[in-house]
Amino acid sequence: MQTSRLLLCSSSASSSNQLLLFGSAVTLTLPSCLRFPSLSLTITNSTSSSIRFNSIRSTSSQMASKDSQDPRIARISSSIRIIPDFPKPGIMFQDITTLLLDTKAFKDTIDLFVERYRDQNISVVAGVEARGFIFGPPIALAIGAKFVPMRKPKKLPGEVISEEYSLEYGTDKIEMHVGAVQTGERALVIDDLIATGGTLCAAIKLLERVGVTVVECACVIELPELKGRAKLGGKPLFVLVEGEGA
Amino acid sequence: MSGYKVQDSRLHGIKNKIRVVPNFPKPGIMFQDITPLLLDPKAFKDTVDLFVERYKGKNISIVAGIEARGFIFGPPIALAIGAKFVPLRKPKKLPGKVISQEYILEYGRDCLEMHVGGVEHGERALVVDDLIATGGTLCAAMDLLGRVGAEIVECACVIELPELKGRERLNGKPLYVLIECFECCDSQKMKEENE
Repeated sequence: MQTSRLLLCSSSASSSNQLLLFGSAVTLTLPSCLRFPSLSLTITNSTSSSIRFNSIRSTSSQMASKDSQDPRIARISSSIRIIPDFPKPGIMFQDITTLLLDTKAFKDTIDLFVERYRDQNISVVAGVEARGFIFGPPIALAIGAKFVPMRKPKKLPGEVISEEYSLEYGTDKIEMHVGAVQTGERALVIDDLIATGGTLCAAIKLLERVGVTVVECACVIELPELKGRAKLGGKPLFVLVEGEGA
Repeated sequence: MSGYKVQDSRLHGIKNKIRVVPNFPKPGIMFQDITPLLLDPKAFKDTVDLFVERYKGKNISIVAGIEARGFIFGPPIALAIGAKFVPLRKPKKLPGKVISQEYILEYGRDCLEMHVGGVEHGERALVVDDLIATGGTLCAAMDLLGRVGAEIVECACVIELPELKGRERLNGKPLYVLIECFECCDSQKMKEENE
């Protein structure tokens, strides 16, 4: 059983994202400080060329037109499995393990990120435990950057710095090694999915506290209904696939 | 590593990037920390390349990685040799249908889980982790793969602690490591606590 998904490559601040979902013809423009190879997307209201999915969302939400979407995205999206009521009732869990079993889809996923970041002078790829450890290292290796693991408390040996963040009930913490990164380095933060944005926000703060510039957050999947994009302190977010929120 | 073999020149750079942290996670353990290796793009790439050179073209279709540090080394190897990546996880992390394998810890037991349906009977598999100590976790990983009919070709780790004799716990399956570390822990103490 698949719920609906918007398929798009999206990189923008939150306000432009609203235009994408409910809009008339929109062209994504990137802020002048970021120049990336063209993965921009045009989303139109035309009925003939757009792909329609079964959707329980508003019928005004538009899908990426087949012509402008990277052809690799469709296979990546369909390789992600939805598990209902995990880890608890009401949550539709986006399971990327099936993507890892599709060698072409997994390679394409990494390639899409690598193509975007390889010429951006990025020296740090920070990956959030544990699924960020699956996507981060291949990207880091391909672009010649360090890989910095961001971990749950007490997992990293030696001296660490911590950042607390809120959960639905209570708080959690992520940690990074002292000395892993230097002031002035340019970093990506990687995770498999962004939901509320709490973890990514904490990761950004950890890096900024030691003087690193976070260039972008990159995830395979975004759950836009949970508005995580707005929690990133103004940092841009790039995702391959959007899914239904909890 | 035999003194008669010519060591690959990349190994020296890799070994230098492993940091020993004393008394972590508890007194008496000299923890082998691979995170500085990940901060050196050349050394990290060399590490992955050494495994890829060994396993490419051997018809291996599964690379299983043990949470969490096996998730760092396994996927790059899988991608380079064209294999699927199968995460082996602590309990309750994998959604959907799983099989579980218990294994013995110093005090008590733990459990490793794998998804049902990802691996087909007869597929050839590697098991990857950053380090082999007593071999308990790798053994559980091999059991899981064996139960679904995979053929374990080899276990591959960056580091081995040979004094803990993990190699002997792998049911005769071969083990390939890049770095051996002797006197890295109070091995007598760990052996006693593991009995």
